[in-house]
Amino acid sequence: MDLISLGIKSIFIENMIFAYFLGMCSFLAVSKKVSTAIGLGAAVIFVLTITVPVNWLLQEYILREGALAWLGPSFAEVNLEFLQFIMFIAIIAAMVQLVEMIIEKFSPALYGSLGIFLPLIAVNCAILGSSLFMVQRDYVLSEATVFGFGSGIGWMLAIVALAAIREKLKYSNVPDGLKGLGITMLITGLMGIAFKSFIGIAI
Amino acid sequence: MSTETVEKENQEVLQAPSEDLLSKRRKRLITDPLNEDNPITVQVLGICSALAITVQMEPTLIMSIAVVFVIVFANLIISLLRNLIPNRVRIIVQLAVIATLVTLVSEVLKAYSYEMYKILGAFVGLIITNCIVMGRLEAFAMGNKPYDSLLDGLGSGFGYAWIILVVAFFRELFGSASIFGFDVFAMAGINNFPTNGLMVDSIGAFMVLGILIWVQRSKTGYVEH
Repeated sequence: MDLISLGIKSIFIENMIFAYFLGMCSFLAVSKKVSTAIGLGAAVIFVLTITVPVNWLLQEYILREGALAWLGPSFAEVNLEFLQFIMFIAIIAAMVQLVEMIIEKFSPALYGSLGIFLPLIAVNCAILGSSLFMVQRDYVLSEATVFGFGSGIGWMLAIVALAAIREKLKYSNVPDGLKGLGITMLITGLMGIAFKSFIGIAI
Repeated sequence: MSTETVEKENQEVLQAPSEDLLSKRRKRLITDPLNEDNPITVQVLGICSALAITVQMEPTLIMSIAVVFVIVFANLIISLLRNLIPNRVRIIVQLAVIATLVTLVSEVLKAYSYEMYKILGAFVGLIITNCIVMGRLEAFAMGNKPYDSLLDGLGSGFGYAWIILVVAFFRELFGSASIFGFDVFAMAGINNFPTNGLMVDSIGAFMVLGILIWVQRSKTGYVEH
């Protein structure tokens, strides 16, 4: 039950985009077409669901202070936490490479339309951010998995919704200076207000 | 200005060697990203951290300094290594350099300003994935000399810094009625300034940045199609 509640929380209330602004770069750049947005969203969900638990294992059994105790008593004092950033980003980069190869093999069309943004998932703040939040909030393995998956769903929901709005926006008359990024930021703000209404939902 | 001084200036420009320490081209490396080619408002990079920590001025300032430090040194290091890095693994190399620098920043913060470290939290680590840093490494440092890259890093860093400081200024002013923690309205004799909760919230950041982009683009005349 707690897990479902955590899932709902990470999808709606603590949405990566609207509450923490994570993954904004690709959120803004790849939200021009719904089909591309769905593809990128799916890739992000996949990478998040794998990297967060893997990074949890890494943190728990290698990096944390005293985590190396399973190697022998002489390692009980070792604290490798300063390696956290490098290790996490290495895992993420490896996972992204994997996803890239899978997509290239099974869906060349999607591969073409995602273009440069596929390798850039590695530097998508939402991915690294989830891993860092997971450490900060002391999740256990099951919670970490649900959190990673939920964050991914929330991110996909946001980018697909924005892409749908932007497709319609093409037909409206936006002031010159606001075109593109400006109006997108304002729309994101309004969507954020809508997502705020989920606060207080508890299951 | 008298003709004499103009002539003198002209002479100075003429006499300067083509690659002065701060030649015209190099000055543009610094000044362009401040306005016309701003990383946030024009290139749309590094928005994540631009918004998350701008609730108050002080963490924003620390964040700006950290980002300027990381981007300058990452640019410099990658530029020095640019001929040694195999093209296929360049992303990993770049990430390793950035992650090392960010670890450095995070450890220094932890040691000397633990309070700030707690406030910034995960967002110090997220400098790694700040697209500005990666973007500059890919677009500039991989193909340019070290000194130019250093200047380019400075320019992009400051371009980023002033935007997030402006956003933070408005958010703190209207959200908490203070600047750098000082109650400016109370000092000016206005008590009970009605603060706006939306400004403290993430939504305020989107709105402020959206409007800032509008103002800035109207001035530079940049139009996105």
